Amino acid sequence: MRIGIVCPYSWDVPGGVQFHIRDLAEYFIRLGHEVSVLAPADDDTPLPPYVVSAGRAVPVPYNGSVARLSFGFLSAARVRRWLHDGSFDVVHIHEPSSPSLGLLTCWIAQGPIVATFHTSNPRSRVMVAAYSILQAALEKISARIAVSEYARRTLVEHLGGDAVVIPNGVDVDFFARAEPNPEWQGDTLGFMGRIDEPRKGLPVLMKALPKILAERPGTRLLVAGRGDEEEAVETLPAELRSRVEFLGMVSDEDKARFLRSVDLYVAPNTGGESFGIILVEAMSAGAPVLASDLDAFSQVLDQGAAGELFANEDADALAEAAVRLLGDPKRLAELRERGSAHVRRFDWSTVGADILSVYETVTAGAAAVAAADDERVTGLRARLGLARD
Amino acid sequence: MALFAVGLYLSWTAGRLDRLHARIDASRAALDAQLLRRASVTQELATSGVLDPAASIVLYEAAHAARQAEEEQREVAESELSQALRAVFAESQQVEAVREAPGGEAAARELTEAVRRVPMARRFHNDAVRAARALRRHRKVRWFRLAGHAPFPMAFEMDDEPPAALTDRPS
Repeated sequence: MRIGIVCPYSWDVPGGVQFHIRDLAEYFIRLGHEVSVLAPADDDTPLPPYVVSAGRAVPVPYNGSVARLSFGFLSAARVRRWLHDGSFDVVHIHEPSSPSLGLLTCWIAQGPIVATFHTSNPRSRVMVAAYSILQAALEKISARIAVSEYARRTLVEHLGGDAVVIPNGVDVDFFARAEPNPEWQGDTLGFMGRIDEPRKGLPVLMKALPKILAERPGTRLLVAGRGDEEEAVETLPAELRSRVEFLGMVSDEDKARFLRSVDLYVAPNTGGESFGIILVEAMSAGAPVLASDLDAFSQVLDQGAAGELFANEDADALAEAAVRLLGDPKRLAELRERGSAHVRRFDWSTVGADILSVYETVTAGAAAVAAADDERVTGLRARLGLARD
Repeated sequence: MALFAVGLYLSWTAGRLDRLHARIDASRAALDAQLLRRASVTQELATSGVLDPAASIVLYEAAHAARQAEEEQREVAESELSQALRAVFAESQQVEAVREAPGGEAAARELTEAVRRVPMARRFHNDAVRAARALRRHRKVRWFRLAGHAPFPMAFEMDDEPPAALTDRPS
């Protein structure tokens, strides 16, 4: 199958959507499909052979912050050329509601289009004209995928229609096979994420830590992630600060080893999560998980069957659960086992097959994807083509 | 006699100040009109379907925010509209594409006028503000409270750099 994938965000900036697309593309390539990814990228960024640059994304104020987006005449021309050169059986767009390449491709392409909604961030208010502009482009999508039940609900509320839920994929075996690091073992709590992003929940964990240490003084907290380390331990009594170790940013390999080593992985996130890939990775590595009961998290943890949940932002509940779990090796072993079994459904072999069946459903009996050739566009292109060469 | 001369001088200064305040009011109204005009023609273009949907949404949101902004956020919102316009109309082909659409010639002309006039109106306004502020800081005005209760005039600071592709005159 010839598959075209559109990434809305700059390839050179690491992010969840970009990683998802990279893994998905590589999975399909391993299966023998022809894959081309169109993504914004700086001209001097080295790109993998399957990625085509759509030019540099422009920073513009959007939705209260400055976002790097791709739009406008040149981007549209590149999308058109990419569609034309690729003659894809199916085009898979990511995050089509953000005003970038995805939406642009939706506007230009004709034929089987599949779209994945990753976050669909809840907006404070829906603006009447923005809705109709979006709607006109999005109605060309033949199949919509949401990455979680939560993402699906926001999508239905904001744009109407419906979507199938296919979770984000993880290379389960990569984490399951990682070598544990003895330094990170033995009564350790693991936390991973931006230290200075309060929504990742480190402050909640810091509040719970004195209680945990009072019951189990041998416990250590390992923190992997960027941010100001001194500010993070500010709220902690000075004598307890030595129980927190900061590992900084870690590589993919170290991340797997980290998750494989810790005795309990804690995800105290307070909001803003639409999926929770880190929980899946922790479970893949066989780490027992204790997470806040956000919608997205309780879904990934199978409503608490594959990992323990505590009331969001409740430091006491977190401390109580952590103490109970660390003192109960049998329960930890049980969580490890359940997590490892549960996580198989997030493996690329399952997720990729599901996505592929979506492709097959929409391409059955349909012609290949082409750039829409309305008269205005062809007229203009012919003229510009003449003008250019 | 000396007292009368001082009174005459003060009264003349108060008149000067009053004229300056009137000039500020007028220039502020003119600036408002240009900013509103810029936002509304942007919005018209964004919802016309002439531009691609991504550019349309970026422009629409920026124009909407500029129009709805509270007084304290106005300068930021208008600056963001300038940035959005520069990002969308960075290439002359984009402007060409607008001109080709039915009625696009007029819309492009109106937008060009608006993005040219905003910096002018703002400069005239800030110039009036500067003159009034200089006079109001003077001893005689402060001591004799010649300005009355009129608020201290504030300059309007924003990024009003127009998109190059719009303002380039064909040579």
